[in-house]
Amino acid sequence: MPDLEQTGAASEASGSAAGRFITRFTPAQRYMHGVLFSTFLGLAATGLPMRFSQSFWARKLASSVGGFGTIIFFHKLCAVVLTMAFLIHVKDVFQRGILNREKGIFWGPNSMVANWKDVTDLVSHLRWFVGLGKRPQFGRYAYWEKFDYWAVFWGMLIIGFSGYAMWFAPFFARFLPGWALNAVLVIHSEEGLLAILFIFSIHFVNTHLRPDTFPMDMVIFTGVESEEEFKEKRPGEYESLLKQGKLESRLGAAPAAWWINFARVIGFTAILIGLTLLVLTLSAYFRE
Amino acid sequence: MKTFFSIPLTLVACALLAAAAPLRAQTASECLACHADASMQDAAGHSIGVDEHKFGSSIHGVLQCVNCHADIKGYPHPDKIAPVKCEGCHAGEAQGLKGSVHSDGADHPCTSCHGDAHQIYPKTDPRSAVYPLNVPKTCSACHNDNGMAKKHGLESVYPSYIDSIHGFALSKEGLLVAANCQSCHGSHHILSRSNPESATNKANVPATCGKCHAGIADSYSNGVHGKAIAAGNMKAPVCSDCHTAHAILQPTEAAFRTQSTPICGSCHTDKFSTYRDTFHSQLGSLGGYVETARCWDCHGAHEVLPASDPRSPIAPANLVKTCGRCHAGANASFVKYQPHANARNRKLNPALYYIGLFMNLLLVSVLTFFLIHTILWLIRSRYEQIKRRSAKGGNHA
Repeated sequence: MPDLEQTGAASEASGSAAGRFITRFTPAQRYMHGVLFSTFLGLAATGLPMRFSQSFWARKLASSVGGFGTIIFFHKLCAVVLTMAFLIHVKDVFQRGILNREKGIFWGPNSMVANWKDVTDLVSHLRWFVGLGKRPQFGRYAYWEKFDYWAVFWGMLIIGFSGYAMWFAPFFARFLPGWALNAVLVIHSEEGLLAILFIFSIHFVNTHLRPDTFPMDMVIFTGVESEEEFKEKRPGEYESLLKQGKLESRLGAAPAAWWINFARVIGFTAILIGLTLLVLTLSAYFRE
Repeated sequence: MKTFFSIPLTLVACALLAAAAPLRAQTASECLACHADASMQDAAGHSIGVDEHKFGSSIHGVLQCVNCHADIKGYPHPDKIAPVKCEGCHAGEAQGLKGSVHSDGADHPCTSCHGDAHQIYPKTDPRSAVYPLNVPKTCSACHNDNGMAKKHGLESVYPSYIDSIHGFALSKEGLLVAANCQSCHGSHHILSRSNPESATNKANVPATCGKCHAGIADSYSNGVHGKAIAAGNMKAPVCSDCHTAHAILQPTEAAFRTQSTPICGSCHTDKFSTYRDTFHSQLGSLGGYVETARCWDCHGAHEVLPASDPRSPIAPANLVKTCGRCHAGANASFVKYQPHANARNRKLNPALYYIGLFMNLLLVSVLTFFLIHTILWLIRSRYEQIKRRSAKGGNHA
């Protein structure tokens, strides 16, 4: 959650009201998402064959890359990279929230921590789905985005810890009881499965494939979205920026065409891999 | 004029005849005056030509034609002559064939295995059809794809054998000691494996394989499987149940390691299903250049002993050493891991059961909630989109 107001301030070019772009993510956050989804895809693609090792596609994949040795190598490689990204993020939050005493990290409209508004937003959103009320005025982070964040956060702790416990089992056995070594596999594989099913179905649809954003929400790649889109999707945040007179400081440059195209290729590849893995997972899960 | 016609066909006579070389030469050449013609055929179209040189160098080269073709008393002889009776000399072998699977002489004449009657060599001679390195090829004349044996409902075993470790040792290395068909099945007195006297009857398999694999037969007989078989419990596995009979692979080979775990599991079903739940099995099923523990890596392969036996590799006192073979740094706490834990059994593994239950409930509840949430959202968003577009003029609705 670095300060967006500084990153986008430079752009004078986007001053005209018609084509203004509002910054939503800093480059660091976009890189973090890039590392997160590429390692997650790697972990899913290598973890699923192990979880569903009786399925024919798992065996085909394993034999085409030289057996599980290769698969587990890349699984561990992705895990280490993701762990580092996670630690960098935790350190960043710790530094800004605890050491620098920055406001709004742990509480407030710009925080990732859930608050009462998220509960009311969820209820009114559900009511809006069935035509019982108006659409809620979402702020910087909507409740389902916070859920995504904390699901990943909790998932990393649980999956990461159980994964390292298996990787370094003799070491962890020094402080864990014997049955815990059995439990970590159950936890790792079930939580991993939940993460995979959630990301490849719920996150994909909520964030990218629903009619408002179809086929892909580019903001995580470009960092900016057009003022109209921003106003439509984040009315709460837009209002408060206007009130505080901070909208100008959040203006960003229009993304370059080549970058949008590049991001589209990467993004669609990721979504395609994810959907393929989802189909394979479901087919193996219901055949078990 | 041919005074020796009535000489009985015995081994003694063979020796005598060998001594009477000039006489033999004269008679053989008499027959060969006609039969040296390689293209000569009888009424039924069978070749009746004899290669003098090859016959002369064969094991029967010392004999006279009429020693075997005893019904020929002079020349000209009848068109149709009696089949040769080998048992006149080879009484022991003929006795062995009686009651064997090949006892039907019409279907299985001696020549079907020993080859051309006029070119039979001792089994130590590489030219012999029953020389150890030639035996599989000889048997394959029937026991192969599209062979005679298939018509009798027998499986084609030659392709399995020739690709097996025995077949490789024989065909690629030329090892005379490599097991060929007759090493296990015998030669003349081959019995169906359902016959208790057969060398391949389940009860006799350990002894049959033990003829060569004496050390393994010994450790097998000390293990629970060997003891059960010795006690007459035929449910226990013998060598061929795990290694197969013909398609025997090198046990360190990935293919063998992958195929054999389900074999143990075919009897030990409960242990197999719990093994399947473990990381050992998940990785093992995928194969590869690193190996994970299979049944026998922990339990031993031949001398399988229960955990209560202090000699067993899975006896509590030996676990650190056994697990430590793969897991460097294994300690007393590490070996408390249960390689056959059952997460579906609340009584046996309560902690695991409740953790599994919690994880499953979490998975189902999160996905169910968000699935409903997302579907409703999709419908509502699409509705809004259409409404908005039609308000703008309906160009995209």
